[in-house]
Amino acid sequence: MQEAMINRAKQLLADGTVSRVIGWKRGEFAYDITPAVFESAEELESDFVFDDFTAANVSKYLVKESAKEGKVLVFLKPCDTYSLNQLTKEHRVNRDNVYVIGIPGGPKLDIEKIKAKGITGILSVKNENYTLKIETLYGEETMPFSEAILDKCASCKSKKHVTYDELIGEDGDILESNRFDMVEQLENMTAEERYNFWREQLSKCIRCNACRNVCPACTCEKCVFDNPSSGVENKAASDSFEENMFHIIRAFHVAGRCTDCGECSRVCPQNIPLHLLNRKFIKDINELYGEYQAGEDTTSKAPLNRYTFYDCEASIVHERGVE
Amino acid sequence: MLRISLDKIDSLFAAISEKQALYIPTDRADGAAEYKRYEAGMKLSDKLNTVRSAKDFFFPQTENLVEFKMEGKKIEVNDIRQECEDFVIFGVRACDARSFTILDKVYLVEPVDSFYKNRRDHGTVVTMACTRPAETCFCQTFGIDPTAPEGDCAVWSDGSYYYFKANSDKGQAFVDSIASLLEEGDTAELDKTIAKTKEIMGRLPLSKLSTENFGGDKLNEYFNSDKWGELSESCLGCGTCTFVCPTCQCYDIKDFNTGDGIKRFRCWDSCMYSDFTKMAHGNPRLTQLERFRQRFMHKLVYFPANNNGEFGCVGCGRCLSKCPISMNIVKVMKALEEK
Amino acid sequence: MNSNDTLIPYVGVVTDIRIDTPDVKTFRVEAPEGGKVFEHMPGQCAMLSIPGVGEAMFSITSSPTNKEFMEFSIKKCGCLTSWLHAMEVGQMITIRGPYGNAFPVETELKGKDLLFIAGGIGLAPLRSVINYVRDNRANYGDVQIVYGSRSKDDLVDYKEIIDEWMNDSGIEVNLTIDNPQEGWDGHVGFVPNYVKELDPSINKTVLICGPPIMIKFTLAGLKELGFKETQVYTTMELRMKCGVGKCGRCNIGNKYVCKDGPVFRFDQLDELPDEY
Repeated sequence: MQEAMINRAKQLLADGTVSRVIGWKRGEFAYDITPAVFESAEELESDFVFDDFTAANVSKYLVKESAKEGKVLVFLKPCDTYSLNQLTKEHRVNRDNVYVIGIPGGPKLDIEKIKAKGITGILSVKNENYTLKIETLYGEETMPFSEAILDKCASCKSKKHVTYDELIGEDGDILESNRFDMVEQLENMTAEERYNFWREQLSKCIRCNACRNVCPACTCEKCVFDNPSSGVENKAASDSFEENMFHIIRAFHVAGRCTDCGECSRVCPQNIPLHLLNRKFIKDINELYGEYQAGEDTTSKAPLNRYTFYDCEASIVHERGVE
Repeated sequence: MLRISLDKIDSLFAAISEKQALYIPTDRADGAAEYKRYEAGMKLSDKLNTVRSAKDFFFPQTENLVEFKMEGKKIEVNDIRQECEDFVIFGVRACDARSFTILDKVYLVEPVDSFYKNRRDHGTVVTMACTRPAETCFCQTFGIDPTAPEGDCAVWSDGSYYYFKANSDKGQAFVDSIASLLEEGDTAELDKTIAKTKEIMGRLPLSKLSTENFGGDKLNEYFNSDKWGELSESCLGCGTCTFVCPTCQCYDIKDFNTGDGIKRFRCWDSCMYSDFTKMAHGNPRLTQLERFRQRFMHKLVYFPANNNGEFGCVGCGRCLSKCPISMNIVKVMKALEEK
Repeated sequence: MNSNDTLIPYVGVVTDIRIDTPDVKTFRVEAPEGGKVFEHMPGQCAMLSIPGVGEAMFSITSSPTNKEFMEFSIKKCGCLTSWLHAMEVGQMITIRGPYGNAFPVETELKGKDLLFIAGGIGLAPLRSVINYVRDNRANYGDVQIVYGSRSKDDLVDYKEIIDEWMNDSGIEVNLTIDNPQEGWDGHVGFVPNYVKELDPSINKTVLICGPPIMIKFTLAGLKELGFKETQVYTTMELRMKCGVGKCGRCNIGNKYVCKDGPVFRFDQLDELPDEY
């Protein structure tokens, strides 16, 4: 697959269709790939990588890259195409300046899950028939592929590319996913249990803003939390209330626009399952305003942006919060 | 050497925590290690390191500095500083231990930061020698020996015993305070463990990384390097590297209206943030390239220029594993060195 | 914990407010019990704050020879300065310092002919030096001051300049404004050009402060006239929080502007990366 991608990118660069390529660059180890812009065949040949660790959703870089001169080629996994559609819909990406090659999705691996098994000194990771053979400084280790996949891939919602100019490999289908299972578990908790769950999680937050900065739905030029005039700017929570509010307010801000790409939880250095906040909103929107998947298309009106006769009464939403 | 059997660790922790606050790295439900105040039954993590570094003990993420009462045109300044309690941090790795001497060079030089000094005076650092370094480790690059960690008291394990050696008066007082639990024993097994660790150190993927091309005299060479654009291209501008870094020490000062007065606190800040240098009339670092460059130039050039060649990095590898886009000081060093 | 910490400020009382220009006010600050909150040298700065609003670094515009009070000339340009401008006499603020180095009035500048070049609010830090020199007149040679602003109304300390400086012997004051204006029969034109027209003797030591663009062109002009970078001093401004070289904000190269500056000689600035 990597070979095919490099070859096609080289062709498109050579025939002038595109002037740049967004993909992933090989790192120091088996897993530390970095999103990068490639401008030549040589760069592609020496550094371009596509493997089990290329999980990063590169669609947000298109905000910057599509504003530049010349077309940019981007390789998008099915989940990433939802992000691009949403960004296109919000006029944040100039789709005309983007050439999308749809590529197969995951499941991708989470190196943290491998390390959490106590495996360290990792020199290489090979997938042999869904068993990971991990060469380490301390000898070879093995673990099932299924136990090392990213959370976002474990609850994959779709293998279908919702936007592309061409595909490498075959397109898939929208999946029956289990992604709301954990949300349901949280809903079934008592208010106190749920509060304790979120306090334990959110108290780990170090306010690094990685979740916000990676989020394709967070593309404000100036975030309200960075604006001294907003009155809510803060770099560190002064108490637990503020600690909660940053993430809850962020979830509100992306409600109806979050495509559930799962990047927030993937990048969190403290393993906070932030995507669950967004999924709760998605589930509520589905239940209260009808099934809706942000990023599925670039034209439909989002449920929270339009009023219909069938919208639920505000009081219904209000009562749900009362125990 | 004084030692205690591994299976007596609980009684050791109980004895320490009886006299003063004890913090140990312990595993959270999600498998990551973090320092927590010891309570009976808590297990020492066998992870190589904690996600958050041990700098938190001396330079916490937020800290109240002073309070003000405002009444009409009057302001009353209240010095809220208090002596902090004595505490022991057990299980600090050699990299984090070195980070304290780096932070000291900022906070203990005149004018001394009394908030930092207060914690430093009351904290005893008990380090733990490494036996299973990770592929992301490169403390050797900065002259750190993970098999002989600094700190007030160093501890080694050979799988059967913990061995203790005091490095300072504070460390000696610590060893004395637990002397009744310790016994003399030979170090033959320990020597083997150390030799094995050293052998692994030589095989670490980053073992050849060197600082020889960096230092205080490299300002012009690297500041204007054309590599910064490519290196910073996909930087998200988040603060992960800064906040997990044991040597990053920049802070912001903010006021918070409690409704009953104004609380002035300081909190970690990041030079990666867009408003770090923003003033009412402009910002000298307008793009992420400039902000990204500042962080690495500071660690690799400016800090050594001001501190007799000491670098602002201890090779703990946290930024290597935590950066959302896997861009880090190792990649920066390697790229800058390619002429 | 009875040691002082520089981050814990003193209280100061605003005992006088002078409206200098449409957007500059000069505030007189004294300790609650009267007198100065602390001593300083010309060019040094202090952190002023209204708790709950913010804290920022301001240059101390009064001369240390003034034994009764300190003064700060402050231009309204952001949140804190707007609040400061809204203050009334008797209002308390917090103050800490002094921070930074100073112009080398007791060493390198001693015995020299001095040329002060200021633009707009840039006069504030130089006023401290000018008055220090006036009060220790025997220690310095000729003094020439070139000061310009957008308009006559934007000249800070106009009254003091006219009533005092211009009446001192051995001080030449050259004022200029950017555009012609009714009631102004003085020089019209930008500071850099005016300096070239005046063609000052190249033996002078120059102290310059003003908007970056003014500094840039004036320096170029001075070089054309034959001045060397080692003869020219300026004072810098960057965002600061701690004031003592620890919070990292004003770090440029291996210097911290709050601690190693704000006063730099131009040959020293050349060694710093271009980030100011």
